[in-house]
Amino acid sequence: MHTFKAHEIRDKIKSKELSSQEITKAFLDRIDAVEDKVESYVTVLADEAMKAAKAVDEKIAAGEEVGALAGVPMALKDNLCTKDVLTTCSSKMLYNFRPPYDATVAQKLKKADTVLLGKVNMDEFAMGSSTENSYFKKTKNPYDISKVPGGSSGGSAACVSADEAAFTLGSDTGGSIRQPAALCGCVGMKPTYGTVSRFGLVAFASSLDQIGPLTKDVRDCALVYDQIVGYDPMDSTSVNREYASFEDALTGDVAGLKIGVPAEYMGEGISAPVQKAVMAALESFKGLGADYSEMHLPLNEYALPAYYMISSAEASSNLARFDGVKYGFRAEKFDDLVDLYAQTRSEGFGAEVKRRIMIGTYALSSGYYDAYYKKAQQVRTMIMQDFDKAFETYDVLVTPATPTTAFGFGEKTDDPLQMYMADICTVSVNIAGLPAVVLPCGYDENGLPIGLQIIGKPFGEAAILNAAYALEKTISKVKPAL
Amino acid sequence: MKISKEEVLHVANLARLKLSDTEAEALAKDMESIIGFANKLNELDTDGVVPTAHAIPMSNAFREDVVKPSYDRDAMIKNAPSADEGGYTVPKVVE
Repeated sequence: MHTFKAHEIRDKIKSKELSSQEITKAFLDRIDAVEDKVESYVTVLADEAMKAAKAVDEKIAAGEEVGALAGVPMALKDNLCTKDVLTTCSSKMLYNFRPPYDATVAQKLKKADTVLLGKVNMDEFAMGSSTENSYFKKTKNPYDISKVPGGSSGGSAACVSADEAAFTLGSDTGGSIRQPAALCGCVGMKPTYGTVSRFGLVAFASSLDQIGPLTKDVRDCALVYDQIVGYDPMDSTSVNREYASFEDALTGDVAGLKIGVPAEYMGEGISAPVQKAVMAALESFKGLGADYSEMHLPLNEYALPAYYMISSAEASSNLARFDGVKYGFRAEKFDDLVDLYAQTRSEGFGAEVKRRIMIGTYALSSGYYDAYYKKAQQVRTMIMQDFDKAFETYDVLVTPATPTTAFGFGEKTDDPLQMYMADICTVSVNIAGLPAVVLPCGYDENGLPIGLQIIGKPFGEAAILNAAYALEKTISKVKPAL
Repeated sequence: MKISKEEVLHVANLARLKLSDTEAEALAKDMESIIGFANKLNELDTDGVVPTAHAIPMSNAFREDVVKPSYDRDAMIKNAPSADEGGYTVPKVVE
């Protein structure tokens, strides 16, 4: 039962073939069976989940109206606030934080009558590409537990891949949904900036962060997105517009679709198996009536340095709120108020978080602001213009999601720049605020999943999801052997 | 691109971080390499390019000035490491 997709669970519960309690129990059993190996959860809410499932079953039995995803068991990344439920950001700084409110996405999924199984692991404050920066545990890649699941939403990806939840939500600042989705062989989407409310998402880099689904297939991705998308007055960057159903837009028809393949994403640094699988997928698209051609995004190599200046600057400002006064950890020993702040922050934050705060503070400090922060914002404008031009000719762009398949624990932890390179295919999308979906397009010689990324125009989720849906039908998926 | 230990300690003070000697030395090295990487941006001529703060056009988000229920004070303060009489407690700042 735990292998059921979210849309299958939804349909079976609706037709009373399955009860919410049965499926929730099946997932809790699955968590019991594999969680020792995978370690994707920070918090499992077994009793609460069964209670919620019972409530859904009672509603259905009473003939009451239920939400669109009634009874579907899911998990949330641990930087999404859940009322009275631990929300740690996988940091010592928030080890005991129980938010007094729900994030808008958590509230929306509650309204849809989903069942919350728990909160999943991540790189501390979403900074990292391997989930090795979690204060609590190291999540494993279900396809090979000696490999990382990617990050920062590594727990979200591993959880779905290991069938420990029907779907999860993650957050994506520079690839944090898409890169782990690629490494764990699931579907992950970073929506257009402003389409999903960030209210209740613990902020990392506010102009780049976006919440999105990680799912077992493309249909699930569309139906989860349908539930979380929409204007929210509680988020001042939320876009006020109407959205048609994304699930209904899945026709699988890609005849005449114009696909651009940026050469800059296919060259040096991209491993041979990844290139080969992406090329094969492009041929599959051709077989379905789409047309692809090589094109150029010449500024791509500047996206990563611009990203690290902008995201670190915003992070240094956003993380100033963690000072040992309002919530979370407080150091035991301090001399005065300023020392209380400094001592708390020094003991509460891990090495990577400190590194980003330092870089960001440096880039924003007097004398360096113009050279780094403003410069990066100007390059941001140029990168966006690059994409605008590309979309005059092409409907969607196709690239690898990651340069390589999953790497080993400790392989990239000594050199921060090495780790940052893991996001080389994904950061420019955040810089430009575009939507992009990642799905598995093949496996390497060791059976590790290879991810393909489809990038769309702003608000072009329907087009990229439909293209992914068409391609998915041509791929034979392999489940991890756990 | 050279970043001295003194510079690191200055930035750490701005960021309210206390660093051990080993941490400061490691950070000096890391920052040198990351800031050095960012210097790649100087290859681009950005004269006259308008900086982008947000990827989508954004204007001030105003709302009606009406009183609405707020969060319960006790619920908000429940997470504080130290609180008293409905307020956060911190070390004395004024003698």
